[in-house]
Formats: sequence, structure tokens, C-alpha cells
Amino acid sequence: MKDLKDLNFPDDVKYTKDHEWARKEGDLITIGIDDYAQDQLGEIVFVELPEIGAGFSKGDEFGSVESVKAVSQIYIPVSGEVVEINAGLEDAPELVNQACYTQGWLIRVKPSQASELDSLMDKAAYLDMLKG
Amino acid sequence: MRYLPHTRDDIDSMLKVTGHASLDDLFNCIPDHLKTKQGIDIPEGLSEWELNTHMEALASQNIACKTYTCFIGAGSYDHYIPAIIPYLISRSEFMTAYTPYQPEVSQGTLQGIYEFQTMVTELLGMDVATASHYDCGTALAEACLIALRKGGANRKIAVSSLVHPSHRQIIQTYIHPAGYEMVEIPYTKEGLTDAAALEKMEGIAGIAVQSPNVFGNIENLKAFKTAADAKNSLFIVSFTEALAYGLLKNPGSFGADLVAGEGQSLGIAKSFGGPGLGLLAGTQKQMRNLPGRLIGKTKDANGADGFVLTLATREQHIRREKASSNICSNNGLNAMTAAMYLATVGKTGIREIAQQNHDKAVYLKKCLTASGFEPILDSPFFNEFVMKAPQSFAEKRKHLIQNNCIFAGLDLEPYYPELKGHYLFCATETVSKKDMDHLAKEVKS
Amino acid sequence: MIQQPGASGLIFNESLVWEKSRKGRCAMSLPKPDVEKSPLDADLIGDAPNLPELSELDVVRHYTRLSQWNFGVDSGMYPLGSCTMKYNPKTNEVQAGRQGFAGAHPLAGDEFSQGALALMYQLEQSLARITGFQAVTLQPAAGAHGELCGMLMIHAFHAKNGRQRAKIIIPDTAHGTNPASATLCGYESVNIKSGPEGILDPQTVAAVMDEDTAGIMVTNPNTLGLFESNIKEIADIVHAKGGLVYGDGANMNAIMGIVKPGEIGIDVLHLNLHKTFSTPHGGGGPGSGPVAVGKTLEPFLPVPRVVKELDTYRFITDRPDSIGRIHTFYGHFGIMVRAYAYILSMGAKGLTDASRLAVLNANYIKESLKGTLNLPYDRPSMHECVFNDEFQKEYHITTMDMAKRLLDYGFHPPTVYFPLVVEGAFMVEPTETESKEDIDQFIRAVKSIAQEAKDNPEQLKKAPRLTKVTRLDEVLAARKPCLRG
Repeated sequence: MKDLKDLNFPDDVKYTKDHEWARKEGDLITIGIDDYAQDQLGEIVFVELPEIGAGFSKGDEFGSVESVKAVSQIYIPVSGEVVEINAGLEDAPELVNQACYTQGWLIRVKPSQASELDSLMDKAAYLDMLKG
Repeated sequence: MRYLPHTRDDIDSMLKVTGHASLDDLFNCIPDHLKTKQGIDIPEGLSEWELNTHMEALASQNIACKTYTCFIGAGSYDHYIPAIIPYLISRSEFMTAYTPYQPEVSQGTLQGIYEFQTMVTELLGMDVATASHYDCGTALAEACLIALRKGGANRKIAVSSLVHPSHRQIIQTYIHPAGYEMVEIPYTKEGLTDAAALEKMEGIAGIAVQSPNVFGNIENLKAFKTAADAKNSLFIVSFTEALAYGLLKNPGSFGADLVAGEGQSLGIAKSFGGPGLGLLAGTQKQMRNLPGRLIGKTKDANGADGFVLTLATREQHIRREKASSNICSNNGLNAMTAAMYLATVGKTGIREIAQQNHDKAVYLKKCLTASGFEPILDSPFFNEFVMKAPQSFAEKRKHLIQNNCIFAGLDLEPYYPELKGHYLFCATETVSKKDMDHLAKEVKS
Repeated sequence: MIQQPGASGLIFNESLVWEKSRKGRCAMSLPKPDVEKSPLDADLIGDAPNLPELSELDVVRHYTRLSQWNFGVDSGMYPLGSCTMKYNPKTNEVQAGRQGFAGAHPLAGDEFSQGALALMYQLEQSLARITGFQAVTLQPAAGAHGELCGMLMIHAFHAKNGRQRAKIIIPDTAHGTNPASATLCGYESVNIKSGPEGILDPQTVAAVMDEDTAGIMVTNPNTLGLFESNIKEIADIVHAKGGLVYGDGANMNAIMGIVKPGEIGIDVLHLNLHKTFSTPHGGGGPGSGPVAVGKTLEPFLPVPRVVKELDTYRFITDRPDSIGRIHTFYGHFGIMVRAYAYILSMGAKGLTDASRLAVLNANYIKESLKGTLNLPYDRPSMHECVFNDEFQKEYHITTMDMAKRLLDYGFHPPTVYFPLVVEGAFMVEPTETESKEDIDQFIRAVKSIAQEAKDNPEQLKKAPRLTKVTRLDEVLAARKPCLRG
């Protein structure tokens, strides 16, 4: 596992304590797991995603990410309805390892309360949390 | 004791290393009040000679110690086991290994079970088969749980009343604590499950039908697939006689989502009902919902083909309380036995044996009809069928067992109280025309 | 220099079974048809399953070669912690193979199956006496199945008392089957931590035990190989709130003749005949997981039950409080025969000696290796001891690397990365049937590997070298599942 300083945490996303990230893209919010989470899990072999149309409240479990010997639940950072899932992960779950903020995104959500995004951590706050 | 290698000297020198004065001192970490005051109240050990005598005396109290003619099936079938099967399966590298956690020294088990999974999917027309379950009943109960977990508000499983009675009881035991419900689908006078009865049933997460059913009859699986689709529920097929699928259209061709079956017919001794072999298979879509071990093909560090336990994140040792099942040990050695059997009979052999089973059963039914038995619950069947017996049969049947070592059918009344005087007969390749003619003569009224 | 057993022999290549298939071969001696053919309707008949077509020698050679790629207890020391890989006596196989047992049809009727029923009855009695309980069922097909059976009984007990409970307490050292079994009964797992000494503190249990908790699942000795010496206090706490204590008897091999779980507050216990009672593990099963209970839970045992009336035995099913049936017939009878033969062969003294020597072997390994490998809980062990790779971290060598290197030395590795409470766990259970010489050889192998970790870590990273295949790509297997040929 890498040192914190070798991990990548972009400025244009918000973070959760469970190591998900969320990015506002127009009316939608794109969600994924961050570099810390993918590094901890190691080589990801399967990503379980919800059905399109499913609705969640902030903090609900919406899927899981699996390595060979571990399963990690993933929790939704904002309430809303799933409008798109990253279908490419079915055949190439390694995208989450390779590009977790870009090709390795998980779902897009139409938020029911867009303001929830503001309550998430920015990079500085998140790094503080990781450093403990 | 010959299994314990320690000499007095060994014990003394080992105790010196551990720092204990005696073997008893090793247990000083256990508080005295927790130690038992008496030893184990069982007799002293027997020599191997004494053991042989004792065990043979017990075995001889089972009628099976004699050569008997078996016209009973109902979930445990008398099939010929080729000599090579017990010979090969008793190789201690198979028998004394455990679950292949270290794949580099377990390729024998792993490749063997991978081949088993493949041959089972071939037999059943399914995409994925697990490395085995305990028996058909427990495999079927797990299949029902898969359907129920995915069923959301639909919390019932519709199970044919012609699913083996024990299997229905197991389903009930398994689903009851979680608050799920089993509803039984009645049967018709043709001895088939009444698909029309499903129309009125609501809240159904899965439909489970056995074919050949417990009466031996071949179900119209297509009708149940249609019903399952209409209810947006999973279609589960079970069977107790695996050899039937050497001849019949397989469950996969009817669109089964899950298949649970008994593999005892595939080279495994009856052994008073266990260990048998639970077969469990599914479509690709169900792959990650299946309980138990799965073996997959991969590459080693040098690029050579090899096999490993895979998709383990479904299992209890990783997912713990969220696992799809609690199963750990399965019936691996019997899965290997079944693989050996399937490789031995091959494509032509399984067809021929299955056909002979059917032919003999048809002949037996004709013979019994001529002897005064009444065909009833009558439909196309594989190697079992139901007959209504003449009044005098119950006495004769007992007499035949005691004096001639012939098991002439199973009384259905304890399982279906409405079927008083009805018997379930089975004929396999192990009974000859002579055996059947003899039976017909003996039971003629 | 004493030789290690590991060596490079002649390993045959062998293709997949269907790659050897040639149309027209058959290894089965097919019976001659003696009745007329009765074709079924064409619409019922499918294509013949595409099974391989082989000669008899093809089949024999295929499985003989496959077997040679396997490591079993008969090949060498197999100290797989928590699995009790003891010697599987060959006479047990002879007993199970007797025609009167192996050929018995399960529905032949009680009258014609007296030998089988007597054996089951006597085995139940023996297991009850070994464990200190009143009654035993042999129906569960494996340890996890026994756990399910036991938990179903606890569930039925609370239902009968009029109020179902929602939770069950499970320690962090538990086998994964424990929480999975509890979930099947609809119980939510409340996970608790073991104390600093590796065993449960009664206060921790008291803090979570309430009247909505069905009970606790305890493995004793636990998976760290330590005796839960507070078990009685814990049981009292649980009982006081109306709960029950489930005992996971996977580690019974440590305490036969020393402790009877039925006497120390445990209400229900499963055993693994394939661990403690020497039946073969079969590459993953079939096992057998009998469940023993005291008076409280006896009415809830699964049906059918074997009973003895005068000198005859019969099955009864009329038990209104029973959890029902959990196996199509009576469980794994063939495995019961083997375990019964083992108990008869060992006798009371033999079983007690087995436990004493299993504990001696484990403590001997613990003392001999504790400077070589880190021992997170340096307390008196029972039948197994748990090390980890802390000392090897500076050389970037992991438990996995050491385990793989042990294969080259000719040993099956211990259980690795379990229990979860020890990071990088290396869990050694030698069992009583290993001799001092074999154990010494194992100890030398581990010491030699620890030395290699310092001097030549690359050698460990590349291990194993002598096996049929090298380390396998589990990521590839899981990402692109290929589960059939």
C-alpha cells in the first residue's frame, strides 16, 4: 500500500469518511471510490452496482467493490436516483484501480437535495481526516 | 495405540522443551472447576480384529448384507458401480487432502472438480455448476433461498407437491426462521404437478418443480417456465435421479434459472442415504448468488494453465454474516466420484444406461399390470412409477423381503395419506428380466 | 544434514479429460439389454450430454495422474490450523465399505436396517458421553450444517417461549460460518472483541447481553488455540438474561477426556467427525457435523430420531417441537461408520491420550518456533498456536511467502490469514498423529525459511518451485471467471 503522499486526491471532487468521492457535473452528480480506497482494496475484481432508476438516501449502501479476498460496501454520498451506471466495469473492473476519478467512476445520480454535496469534505479536510 | 506415535522418551523430551512436568500440566491453563471429574464412560479400545468382528455383526443385521433385488428408488438408486471407481477414489491423495486452499499442491482436486463442474453443466444444460452441496434436499433449499432473497415483497416459494417429501420438509426448515412461506402446488390424476393451480397464487418469488417427479413422471417443464415468467419469479428444477438426463431434455433447455439435484446415481454407494451428492447449477446471471465453492481456470506465474478456488467473496469466510450461505465443507470426494463415473460412462454409455433404465421400468410396469396391479397417476415416466396394489400385497411384500431379499416397491401412504395401497416401484439396469418375471410371479393375486 | 521430504519427482502432464476423448470409446461395461426397447416420445428426449468418451485405462491414468498433483495427510504433515488434519485410519474405510452398510437402502424399513440404527444409536451415545450432553443428532452433513441445526434449535426455543429475539453475540475469533449460520436464522450478529489475552472477558459479554439477544456463539478452545477460561461466567451472564450458549466444537480435539462442554454451561455443541474423529476430509468433504444438546434443547432436535425400545431400534418423527428435517435421509451415514470405528478403536484412554498429545505437539512447536516467528499471544496453547510475519516484515516477506516456501520443503502450510484478529496469521495445528521426528523436521524447515527470508528473500517470493504449477493468478480467475471448459 502506498504512502498518503503518493496518492492522488483531485480538488474538483468532494470526499466522504467512507472514501467515496462525488463530483457535480451539470444537474447530475458522479460518484466513485477514491485513490485511498482502491489502494487499500488492492486489485479489484468485481464491482456490484445498483439498477438504473433505484433511489437512495444519503449514507445508504448502494453497491460493493470486491478484491480477491475482501468485499467493501459503498455508501452513497448524496440522496437521489441513479440515472447511469458505469457498465464498462462489468468487463473491466480494473478501471477502478487504474483511473478511479475518470474511467473508473461508478454511478451518476440525479440528486434530490443538491445541497448535500456541500456537507462533504473537500480535499484539505479529507486529508486531515486520513492523517488522523 | 497404533495411531499415536509418541514414545515415553519423546514425551519426556518434548515436555522438557515446553516446560511442563507432565502431560496433565499442559492443561493447567484450564481452571480446575471446568475440568471433568470423570473420564469418558466408553469401553476401552478394540484391536483391529475385535473391531472387524463387532462391525460385521452390526452390518449383518442390515438386510443389505445379502444380495438383494431392489425395486425401490425414491431418492436413493441401485446402480452398477464400475470397479475402477472405488479403486481410483480411494487414492489417498484425493481422500486425505482438504479443501484446496493451497492450489499449487491441490491441482488434482482442483482440475478434477473443474471437470466435474463442466460435466454437470453439460448434463443439465446450465452455465455454472458449483463444486457440490450436501444432497439434493439441502441444495434445493438453498436454491429456494436465492429466489426468496431476490424476491423483495414476494415472500413465498411455490413448491410442487411432487417434490420429494423430505426435500419439502428441508425447505420448510430452512426458510421458516426468516419468515418466508412455502406453498405447495397440488398434483393431478395424471401424477403431474398442476401448473394451472399457480395462476391463483400470489407473492411468489420462485417455483420449484421436480422432474422426473417423486412418482417418476416427467413433468411438462415448459408450462412452469411460462408461469414463472408471468410471475416474474425464478424457475427452479430439481431431480433425484441424475441418470434421467442421459435421456431426457435437460432443465436448461426449458429455461431453468436454478437446478438442484441428487448425484448419488453417479457411481456413489447408497450407504443408508448418505453421503450422497448435492448438485447445484444456475444460469450465468445467478453465478454470484450460488452458495459454496467454485473452481476456476487461471494461469500460474509462468503462464501455465492451472485452477484455483474463485469468487470466494460470496462465501462465509470472507462475507461472514452477509454470505450467501454458511456452507464450508461440501461433498467434494463424491463430486470427484461422480466426475469419474461420468468420464467412465461417457456420451454413449450414459444414453444406453438411461435407456435401459427406462426400458426395464416399462417392462416391470407391464409385468405388474398383468399380475393384477393397477396403473394409476399414469404419465410418461423414467425409471419409477406408481401402482395401486391388490389387497393381499402388503403381506406378500414383507414376505418377499424376509425370505427372498426382494424389495418390492415403497409404500406411499406415509408420504401421501390419500394414496393408501399405492406403491412406488423402480427398475434400474441392475435388475434383470428374470428378476422382474420372478417378482411378477410372486405377487400375482 | 537431515533431508527434508520435499523433492522434485517426475510429474506427469495430463490434459483436461475431454481433450482425451475419442468418439466410439466407452470405459463402462454395459449390461446386455434383456427387455425390449421402449422409446419415449421424441419431444421428451434431449441430445445425449456431451461427456468424454474414453477407454478404461484412459480413465485410470487420468485420475491417477491428477491424484499425484495433490498433497494429502498420507503424503506428509498437514498442520492446517482449525482443520485437525489427523491420520485417517484405513480400517475405517474397510468398515464403511461392508456390503451391509454401503449397500443399505435408506428406505428399506427399520426392521431390515437394525444394524445401521444400532450403529447410529451407539455413536450418539458415545458422542454424548465424550461431550457431557444428554442427546445427539447425527443428521447434519458438515460442521456448518451442524451450526445451522444448533442455531435453528435456539431459534425454535425462543419461539416456543413466546418471544423471538433479534441478535446473537459472536466474538472476533469466530469462524466465518458462525455469523453466516446465525444470519440464516434471521439473527443479527453483534460482534465483540476478545480481551488482550486473546480470550473473552465476561464484562464484554455482559455489556451487550440483553433480553433481545438470543445467546452467544463460542468456540472453545478458540481459534487462537486458547482455552476460554471464563466460559462458565459468560454462560451465567447469558443464561441470566434468558439466552443460550452455542458451542462450536471444531476444536474438540484438544479437550477429550479433559473438559466436557456439557458440564461448563454450554447448551448446544456441534462436532466435526472429519476433524476430531478422524474421518477423511476428501478434498473438501463429505464431513459430518453431529449436534449435542442438554435437556433444554432436546425436544428441538431434528427428526427423524433413533430410539431404542428393548432390543430394537426405530426412527421416530412424532416430535412436535422439532426444528424439522435438515437432510434427505439421516445424514452422512458412511462418515458415521468411520467415526464409530475410530471411537471403538481408541477407547476412552485412546481419545484422552489423543487430546493430551495434540496439545503437547502444539506447545512443543510453539516453544520451538517462538523466537523464529512472532507469537502475538504467548500463552499456554491448546491444540494449535498462531504466529505471524511481524519479524519478517523488515525483509518484505509475508506469511504467504513463507507458506509457499514450505511447499518446497515438502510440508502442507498451516492455515494462513485466519483468525482475522491476528494480522498475517500463521496458524499451526500439528495434531497428535505427527511424530516428534516429523515435527522436528517441520520446525527445522520453518527456521530455515526464516533464515532465507533474511539471506535470500527472492527465493521465498518465487516459491514454490517444485510443485506442478507455480503461484496462480487469483485476480485473473476472479475478474474473468472461467468455471467450465
